[in-house]
This record gives sequence, structure tokens and C-alpha cells, in this order.
Amino acid sequence: MNAAMPILLLLCPLIPALVIFFLREENDRLRTVINLGSALVKLLLIAWTLEGVARGVEFEYRLEFVPGLYLLLRVDALSLLFITLSSFLWLITTIYAIAYFRGSENLSRFFGFFNLCVFATTGIALSGSLITFFLFYELLTLSTWPLVVHKGDDKSIAAGRTYLIYTMAGSAALLLGIVWLEGMTGPIEFAGEPELDELSRLSLTVIFALCIGGLGVKGAMFPFHGWLPQAMAAPAPVSALLHAVAVVKAGAFGIVRFIYDVYGIDRVAELSLGLPLAIVASFTIIYGSLRALQQTDIKRRLAFSTVSQVSYIALGASLAGPFATIGGLVHLVHQGLMKITLFFAAGALAERRGITSIDQMEGAGRHMPLTMLAFSIGALGMIGIPPVAGFVTKWYLGVGSLQGGYTWVLIVLAGSSLLNAAYFLPLLYRAWFMEPAARPAGEAPGEGPAGLILPAVVTALASLAVGLFAGFALSPLGWATLIVEEQYTP
Amino acid sequence: MTGVIVSAFPAIELSIALPLVALLTAILIGGKLAPRLILAVGPLMMALTGIVAWQVAEGDPTRVELGGWEAPLGIALFADGLSSSFLLLTAIIMSAVGIVAMAGFDARDGETSRSYSFWALFYGMWAALNGVFLGADFFNLYVAIELLTITAVGMVALGGTRAAIRYLLFALAGSLAYLTGVVLLYAEAGTLDMSLLAANEGDASVRLVAGGLMTAGLLAKTALFPLHAWLPPAHGGAPAPASAMLSALVVKASFFIIVRLWFDVMPEAAGPVLVQLIGILGGTAILYGSLLALRQARLKMIIAYSTVAQLGYLFLIFPLSGGIAGEMPWAAGAWSGGMFHALAHGLAKAAAFLAAGLIIEALGHDRIDDMKGIARAMPVTVFAFGIAAISLMGLPPSGGFMAKYLMLTAALAGGHVVIALVMMAGGLLAAAYLFRPVNRAFSGSDIPEVAYVAYWRQWVPLILALLAMLLGVVSAGPYEFIQIGRAVTAEVGIE
Repeated sequence: MNAAMPILLLLCPLIPALVIFFLREENDRLRTVINLGSALVKLLLIAWTLEGVARGVEFEYRLEFVPGLYLLLRVDALSLLFITLSSFLWLITTIYAIAYFRGSENLSRFFGFFNLCVFATTGIALSGSLITFFLFYELLTLSTWPLVVHKGDDKSIAAGRTYLIYTMAGSAALLLGIVWLEGMTGPIEFAGEPELDELSRLSLTVIFALCIGGLGVKGAMFPFHGWLPQAMAAPAPVSALLHAVAVVKAGAFGIVRFIYDVYGIDRVAELSLGLPLAIVASFTIIYGSLRALQQTDIKRRLAFSTVSQVSYIALGASLAGPFATIGGLVHLVHQGLMKITLFFAAGALAERRGITSIDQMEGAGRHMPLTMLAFSIGALGMIGIPPVAGFVTKWYLGVGSLQGGYTWVLIVLAGSSLLNAAYFLPLLYRAWFMEPAARPAGEAPGEGPAGLILPAVVTALASLAVGLFAGFALSPLGWATLIVEEQYTP
Repeated sequence: MTGVIVSAFPAIELSIALPLVALLTAILIGGKLAPRLILAVGPLMMALTGIVAWQVAEGDPTRVELGGWEAPLGIALFADGLSSSFLLLTAIIMSAVGIVAMAGFDARDGETSRSYSFWALFYGMWAALNGVFLGADFFNLYVAIELLTITAVGMVALGGTRAAIRYLLFALAGSLAYLTGVVLLYAEAGTLDMSLLAANEGDASVRLVAGGLMTAGLLAKTALFPLHAWLPPAHGGAPAPASAMLSALVVKASFFIIVRLWFDVMPEAAGPVLVQLIGILGGTAILYGSLLALRQARLKMIIAYSTVAQLGYLFLIFPLSGGIAGEMPWAAGAWSGGMFHALAHGLAKAAAFLAAGLIIEALGHDRIDDMKGIARAMPVTVFAFGIAAISLMGLPPSGGFMAKYLMLTAALAGGHVVIALVMMAGGLLAAAYLFRPVNRAFSGSDIPEVAYVAYWRQWVPLILALLAMLLGVVSAGPYEFIQIGRAVTAEVGIE
């Protein structure tokens, strides 16, 4: 069972992907059952695994590629953090997507690739060696592309092209870094202590830059973030997938893995690589917020907000010191919950009332109160107002930066919070307090089907809950603390 | 008991004899029945080559002397891990091509010279390929590769005579160079048998010249840059099933002889100059072929130029092995990576050409600009092309990736930074030129009207592409298998 569990976790999204590809387009009901059923089964399996890992059971599966080189799937605390997040959001996003796409075409293709994306993300989370990680990381790139170009119009095709150019170049850099490293040391497994002493400082620095740079493309780190706002051309469920469930997260998760389990925090500090990364991440945080402020399109504003927010994770990892690390890790979950809420709500606004730009927001709160309530919770969390999840992140990052002696990071955090407030509060003000523009009565429908509204409400409540109950051991914060304790107490 | 029977079964001899019998049968029966022959020959050949592989896996390299005449007098056949891998690859690809071609080269509307000659050439090519992979002396190899050239030129002529004549000229010049080299080798050593040649070192400088001539001749047939000029018009112009065999298998046959010659027979004779030169040509081929592939407007021409580029990777194993006789720890990884590349490229390229052929049947052309939305009309075919493309780009999970990973590791471990960069660039360029048709196929939102292509035929390229992918996932078995009979064993892998 212990070797089978990672395989089962992978099969949960893989089997539906393969089956759905061959389903007839009009077979709506069966497709829905398969989608939701497999997502639920996966959550059950994860609960089982969580319990096992807490008891100290090792879940590991190996398959030899060539002598000495393994496909290695392994469950550890960090992978569970990511996999729990992505599987929970997968279920919610599937419900949302079914409602969103009701009556449109090419759905078997869409859900096939959608499940394939989740398969790749699960693989990324479970990877126990660099080669395994790269394998699933590339699979994610490839399986996301058909989703980005799903609509098939010129804008989506252009977005897809940009997406591939960025991510392929990033992967090439990452592969070069990995191969360079493994050419010198042999295959690297995350659980072992790689012997990096044979490499010169220069090589180690260049390899670090190649790998983090390559991962930073998916993590939308400046200057590699250009693909993300453009990819907004894709349908709303795809945005949710890109921003919260899979792609951006995979980049950030990769950075964390690489720093903790390949180089190790000590070596990164010894090579003084942490500070440059912290500076790039801080710059991205401020830059993303400033760009978000300039956007009038809601989805583009949210996209630049993601650029800014994801770099909190890299910032936490680069600062070293337990508190900053916890802050970064927990943001992996917090940002996912809050951002997916915002995208669900934005998608519902666009679908039901055709609201895509900020000056159309007047009175939205009156017509779609639940949607806007969820949106508001997400936005307040992003700003960092307690007790929503975002506050916990910023608190830990702030304490961590003081511990590490990086006072300037506090200024970055404060500046970013101010900017977040500057680009979110006007939206909320318009939606709740301004009179709607006069429209003929009966023209605009009210709040739509439950499948479109409830997912946003659920994730909004979840982002409230993880902030309120942060003190519990099984909360994301508790789990992140556990991971970091493992890192610092060998 | 069954084990004894199987190991005594003359599978090696039969795997050359059966295609020859099929060739004669196809000539004799012709008409409606000849195309259906593949339904019997395909499974039989898979079984036969499977038995050869089993025999090799059980009892190390297997050697048979035809008629009991020993070398240097008789004709010897020799199978080790590498050759039986290629035999199996050939059986898989030829069966797939034959099944797709059944509908294209049939006699439904009366027999044509096209449908009649295709099947004769097809089985002749199969016999010749197996002859090359099993040959144990350089003269037999000459005979086999000449038969291969004749059938291949005939296949190209089905598409157009201009390209065929150009191919013939290159191939004949190549044969001449090869034969001269063989004669020199015979004058020096008194034998052409591979194992006898390998056993005594002989005069290194004469062997270098002889080997150089043979290699030059074979390079013309493999179409390594700058001897590639014949390939794109020939492979791009031939009927798609023929292109699949030409690109996936025929060019590999002459490469196979080069590998046998330098890695197995006279590893100590290759000087650093030769090794460097072949490496530089390989690297140039990757960049040049890829850049030209980017500029093509037709799908089959893209795939053809992609072959020019992909063949370049194969020759990088010469510099990457750190000098052929060198005992570098990563040499084994480089050699195995090259062989993985040959196998994966064979499967993926055959899939790509067969998919392109089906698209041509449906649309009546292969102009990329006019392929808008074909992914919605033929999802299985486009999916097959996409998966084949992944392996050709060297992205995981695929045999192409495993090959690239092994070769890249060897390159960086051996300090060949330039080669590593060329390989990375080649991968990105491949992504760029293969992305264009896929992108076009996905764009738009309506379903274009296309001619009917049977659903089951669309599955054939998909299966080949999936096999290319599988090679990168369950790679441990194939990796160990191709090592059987290697002089320098590669058990350490890449560690």
C-alpha cells in the first residue's frame, strides 16, 4: 500500500483524463460524474495519506529509467501541502467549470486536458528527484497549452504562443541547470543530501541562476511574467487553474524545493544567493502591484496582482530563518485560496452581467451580493487585513525579515499592502456604495446558477477559516510550521 | 523444454527470408491480395523478431553461419542487443506503415503500376533493412545496403522522378566510396568479417583511411550535413507511408553500419580529427536543418527537414564518448543516449509522417496555412502528431527526452559545453517548427469539411507515437537490452 499510494494519487486524475478524451461530446452527465467522482476519491486518498504521514509512514514508489536514474514518487510534508491545496481547488474548479461551460463545445477535449494538468501537478508535488520533477513540470507546460487556446480566437492563439515561448525557454534553462548539476554529481534525490562540494562556487551560482530563473518563468517572476497577463484571454476556469491550482504554483513550489532540498538553506546562505533572490522577489512584488494599479480590466488587474503575490513565496524562501520560511510556504496555500475566489467572482460577474472593466462595477454588490461578498473577502485578504489568510502570511514574513536583519523587507511589505489597498478598495467601493448606472429593468439577470456562485463562496470562507484557525495543527500554518521544523532540526 | 525449442528456432535466418518470400508472393499475386499480405506478414515478423530478441536476451549475442560455412568463407549473421532492437523497431514500423498503406496502395479501382510496385519495394526494403541489422561482414552489408538503396529510390520515384534521380546520384557516389573503403580494408586485413577484424588490430593508418572512405559513403546515404541535399525533396515528395519508412528506418541503416564500424570493429583506429569532424557536422546539421524546417510552408517538408536536424544528434555520440576508445565513465551514457535517440526518432518520425499522410488524404494538401481547425476534424491524428512532436522536441516523458538527457549529461560531464548548447538550441528550434502546424490545427472554432479517413487508420500513428513516449517511461529494460554484446559494457549507467 505504501508504494501504491503515490501511484493511486496519480491515477485519480490520469484515468479520468484518458476516459474523457474519448467520451462523446454530448455525454454531459457521465463526464460530470467522472470528473467529480475522481476529484472526491482523490481527496479521500489524501486524507488517508495525511494521517499516514502524521504517523510517520513512508510513501515511496520507484521505477528505474536507466541504471541509477529513477522515477521517484515520494510523499513528504511539503508535497502534501501542495497536493492538498491543488486537489481541493481542483474539485471546486471542476464544479465551477461545469457550470461555466454549460452548453458550449469541445468539452471532452477541455476536461481531458484539464485532468491531465491536474495529473502533472500531482506529479510535481510527489516528485522525489529532480528528473521526476522536470518530467511532470514539462508535462504541465504541454497540457496547459490546449486550455489556454481553448477558445481558438486570435487572442487566445496569441496568448498560447506567448505562453509556450516563455515556458519553453524557462524549461530549457531549468533542464540545462539540472543536467549540469547531475552530470557532476549523479542523479539528485530530494530526500538525500546531494554532494555538491565538487562543484566550484561559480558553477553552483550559475546553476542556481539557471534553475531559479527557469522556475521563475512559471512563477511569473519579473522579468519573466509577461505571459501571465496575456493568458487572461483564456476562459475563467483556466485562469483559476493557471493562477491558483497549478501553473504559477508549480513554479513557486519548484523554487521552494530547489532551495530547501537540493541546495539546502545553509548552502544558499553560504553562497550568498539568498539576497539577490530576495531583491528580485521584492522588486516583483512592488512592480506587480504598480502594474495592477494601471489596469482597468478586472482580470488583468488580478493577473498583475498574482505576479506580485506569488513572489511572497520566493521571498519567504530566500530570506532564510524559520519565520520567513513559514510565511512563504503558507502563502502557497493562502494565495491560492484568495486568488481563486477573486477569479471565480470575476468570472461570474463577466458571465452574468458582462462586467469586465472596473468602471462597470457600480452597484454590482446590489445585484450579485454573494459573489461580491466573496470577492470582498478575497480582496481584503490580499491587502492583509486580519483575520483573512493574507494577514497571517504578511505577519510571518514581517517577523522573519526582522529576525534575519532585513529591515528593508518590512518597507516592501508595507508598500505592497498599501498598493494592494489602492487597487482593490476602489473596486469594492464602486461595487457596494455607488449607484448602478441606469439600465432598463429586467435586462440584467441576477445571481446565477449555484455552480457559478457557490465555489467562490466556499473558497472565500476557506480563506477566512485558514486565517481564523491558523493556530490549529492541521491548518496550513500548522503544517508549514511542521515542514520548517523538519528543515531546521536535522 | 519450450525454451530449448525456441532457442534452436532459426528466427534470425527467417527474419530475412520471410520478407523475401513476401516480396516474391506480392509480385506473383499482385492485384487485390497483395496489399492484404501485410496482415499475415506483419504479425509473423513481430513474432520472429521477438524470438530473436528473446534468444539474444537469454544467450548473449547470437551468431549463425549460413549453410555451416564459417567466416571468412560463408555468410554469417549476427544479432546482439542493438541489432535485435533495430529488428524489432523495423517490424513495428513496417507493420504500421503497411496497415496504413493498405488503403492507399490497393487495387480497388483496378491495378496500377503504383499499387503493384509499392508492395514489392516494401518487402524488398524490409528484407534489406534486416540484412543490414544482422550482417556480420562488410561485404554482406554492402549487398544489403545496395538493395536498400534500390528499393528506397524506387519508393521516392513513386512521388516524383527528379527527387529520385538526385537521391540515386548521392547514393551511388556513396556506394562507390564505401566499396573503395571495403576493398582497402580487405587488402589490409584479408577478411571483412567483423569479429575477425575486431580481433586483430592491424595497421591503424590504413584502417583509418578505409574506415574514413566507408564512413563518407555511408554519410551520403544517411544524409548528414553537408550531404543532405537529396533528403528533403525525396522524403518530402514521396508518398507519406514511404516517407515514414525512409525517414524512420532507411537513413538509420547506414548510421547503424557506421556505429558498428567505429564502436565495435575498430574503436582504436578513430583519430581525434575524425571524431571532431563528425561531431561538428552533426552539430551543424542540427542547427541548419532546424532553421530550414522553420521556413517550410508544407507539413511534410517540415518533417523532412526535421529529419536532417535529428540525424545530427546521432553523430554527436562520437565526440561525446570522449574519443571512441576512451574509457570515460560517461561514454556509455552518450552511446546509449544516441541509440535511444535512433529508436525514439524512428517511432516518432514514422508517426509524424503517417499522421501527415492522413491529413493529406483528408484535406488534399499539406499547406500549413490552410490547415486551420483540422484538430477538430481529425482529433486523433492531430493528437498523434502532437505526441510524436513531443518526442522529437526531446520533451518528457518520451524516448526523445531520455536520449537527450543521457547525451546532455555526458556532454556537460565531459566539458562539451558547446555541444550541450547546440542540443538545447536544437530542442527549442524543434519546438518552434513543430508548434506551427499544431497551432494552426487548433485555431478557429468551426469544424472544417474534410474527406473521410477511416477512424481505425488514424489510430496507427497514435500507437507509434505512444510507443515513442513509452520508451521514455519504461526505459530501464530497453537500456539494458541494447547493452547486450557491447564490448565496453555500460553497467555503470550515468553515475
